[in-house]
Amino acid sequence: MALLQISEPGMSTQPHQHRLAVGIDLGTTNSLVATVRNSIAVCLNDESGTAMLPSVVRYLADGSVEVGARAQAAQTRDPRNTIVSVKRFMGRGVADVAHVESMPYDFVDAPGMVRLRTVQGTKSPVEISAEILGSLRKRAEASLGGPLAGAVITVPAYFDDAQRQATKDAAELAGLTILRLLNEPTAAAIAYGLENASEGVYAVYDLGGGTFDISILRLSRGVFEVLSTNGDASLGGDDFDQRLYCWVIDRSHIAPPCDEDVRRLLMKAREAKEVLSRYDEAPIVARLSSGEQVDLTISRAEFDEITRPLVSKTLAPVRKALRDAGLRAEDIKGVVMVGGATRMPQVQRAVGEYFGQEPLTNLDPDKVVALGAAMQANVLAGNRSVEHDWLLLDVIPLSLGLETMGGLVEKVIARNSTIPVARGQEFTTFKDGQTAMAFHVLQGERELVSDCRSLARFELRGIPPMVAGAARIRVTFQVDADGLLSVSARELSSGVEANVIVKPSYGLSDQEVAEMLKSGFEHASEDMQRRALREQQVEAERLLEATAQALATDGDLLDEAARAAIDAAVAALSQAVGAGTLAEVKKTLDALSRATGNFAALRMDKGIRSALTGQKIDQLEV
Amino acid sequence: MAVTLSERAAKHVSNFIGKRGKGVGIRLGVRTSGCSGMAYKLEFADEALEEDLVFESHGVKVLVDPKSLPYLDGTELDFVREGLNEGFQFNNPNVKDACGCGESFNV
Repeated sequence: MALLQISEPGMSTQPHQHRLAVGIDLGTTNSLVATVRNSIAVCLNDESGTAMLPSVVRYLADGSVEVGARAQAAQTRDPRNTIVSVKRFMGRGVADVAHVESMPYDFVDAPGMVRLRTVQGTKSPVEISAEILGSLRKRAEASLGGPLAGAVITVPAYFDDAQRQATKDAAELAGLTILRLLNEPTAAAIAYGLENASEGVYAVYDLGGGTFDISILRLSRGVFEVLSTNGDASLGGDDFDQRLYCWVIDRSHIAPPCDEDVRRLLMKAREAKEVLSRYDEAPIVARLSSGEQVDLTISRAEFDEITRPLVSKTLAPVRKALRDAGLRAEDIKGVVMVGGATRMPQVQRAVGEYFGQEPLTNLDPDKVVALGAAMQANVLAGNRSVEHDWLLLDVIPLSLGLETMGGLVEKVIARNSTIPVARGQEFTTFKDGQTAMAFHVLQGERELVSDCRSLARFELRGIPPMVAGAARIRVTFQVDADGLLSVSARELSSGVEANVIVKPSYGLSDQEVAEMLKSGFEHASEDMQRRALREQQVEAERLLEATAQALATDGDLLDEAARAAIDAAVAALSQAVGAGTLAEVKKTLDALSRATGNFAALRMDKGIRSALTGQKIDQLEV
Repeated sequence: MAVTLSERAAKHVSNFIGKRGKGVGIRLGVRTSGCSGMAYKLEFADEALEEDLVFESHGVKVLVDPKSLPYLDGTELDFVREGLNEGFQFNNPNVKDACGCGESFNV
């Protein structure tokens, strides 16, 4: 017997046509599922009334799989088959995973994405994530009384194409229909109903268990746009526990504790941290396996003091994100707090002081992303009237472009462009009679191919033979709403076409994205020089080739002295191209084009003469 | 003639309306569709229409259009929990047979 929910006026569904849609926050540490029920977004609890599902998967020897708290409890007993924080491996090669050596897993470096050897065979991060999603799906279907029509899954704003694709693959494997991938900060803003708020720029400060993200969003005409993102992939609430743990070791003068005692003390530190969010002081009492006794009390003021560096460490990415967006702190209209660690009063205070306003904290910071995703899913499933509909815009984290002659990168879509986006650019052939063209799709901020990340290669064949520069090849880059790229190339006269869907080669860490951005800024002027040199070199090669061809066909037009002058200029330019500086290439290039000026005129005369020979004057079309 | 809410249902409805931030009550009705003749309608009501019949049950206004009333007379709307699932259920004395899903019915 189906149980009914209250609909918005006029939005009652037909029987059997309920479009059950959920939002899923697939987190590094915890995952949640939420839905809109009776017009209100709520997180769905499991049988024991808990909303948060620890993102832990354990493979057992008997072929069964445990997900969540039960798997988490086995973490120390069966570390190799109990996978935690699998999100860090999504779309990553083994070389991209930080601290591989300190992890208890048996990594297999498969092409594309790292795999983990478990008692049930090798598992990819996609399969492991699918277990988490499958568990949430089962919970949702039991709670809502029917199969799901679709889900919105959130991902960090900085996730690249490979990571987004891996997330989609995991959802598909878990039997979920993806309505949309949604950026986490955007979901948080939606949960606070900011889309109904007045227009302006908002900041989303997300301090989770192990990661920190700051996003700057602009809301205009009911549309969210991610202006910039920044963060620190290894800074989170766990670091606060660690600081407190060090303080305990320091104060209690105990011997270096064994692994078990480290875990015990870290747990005590975490408890104390949570107590300090509500009270002015917290006791830390533990009996260690060594027989030693820890009995300390920490005040909020002391805790503030020892964690001050961590709090200020979050403000550096905040400043960078604002700078990237071209804004100042006072331009921010509201600040949304996300992540359990933002419950700490010193964090709220520091953020409040930085932005000069009270941050929004009234929703549960652990649930806010899932709630926003549920609201978005509800709209996409068609359960809300059209007038309330809103659209979301996100940005691409790194510029996308093509390799051009000389190993240069021509950017087609600039970084921080809002998606979905499509951009076209025309290219042409470099050689006479060229019938094929190779395309190399790149991601990154640098000017040279060797400094950017290769995403895909493909070829366009069947270009009709034409002189160099006559063919017109239109290349279109399209990034869909989920951030996935497709590139197509089309020769305009013949219509031949080739394209590639970039299921990008996996393997780029957040750190690397940050590095690529940074190196783009740092090498800006050097890159400009190198680009200019390469452009001159390409131009030189083109002129050398044209000269050689002209000499081969019309060399007889030249007298000996003129021929010698051209040969000398050709030799000088060839040498400069091989080893010269920008100035030298420029100089010798100019010299050759001057030296060949007269030759070109002679050839032109010859060309006109031959065109006119045997023609009557009245037959000429002038 | 009356349509009522159980105390539990009324509590949930007023809670939902509070969280939703607007609404004068809920609207109950029937529509001719579904696999077994009629289907229930359960919506928030932002305003009462002139022809509406308004009942009050545990402090919550229940609006019913006059055409639906004969099918709903004597109905009590209850809020039930079945495992993880929870929601509203029509206890309608007029129903002769309902489809297995309970979303549509015959009188």
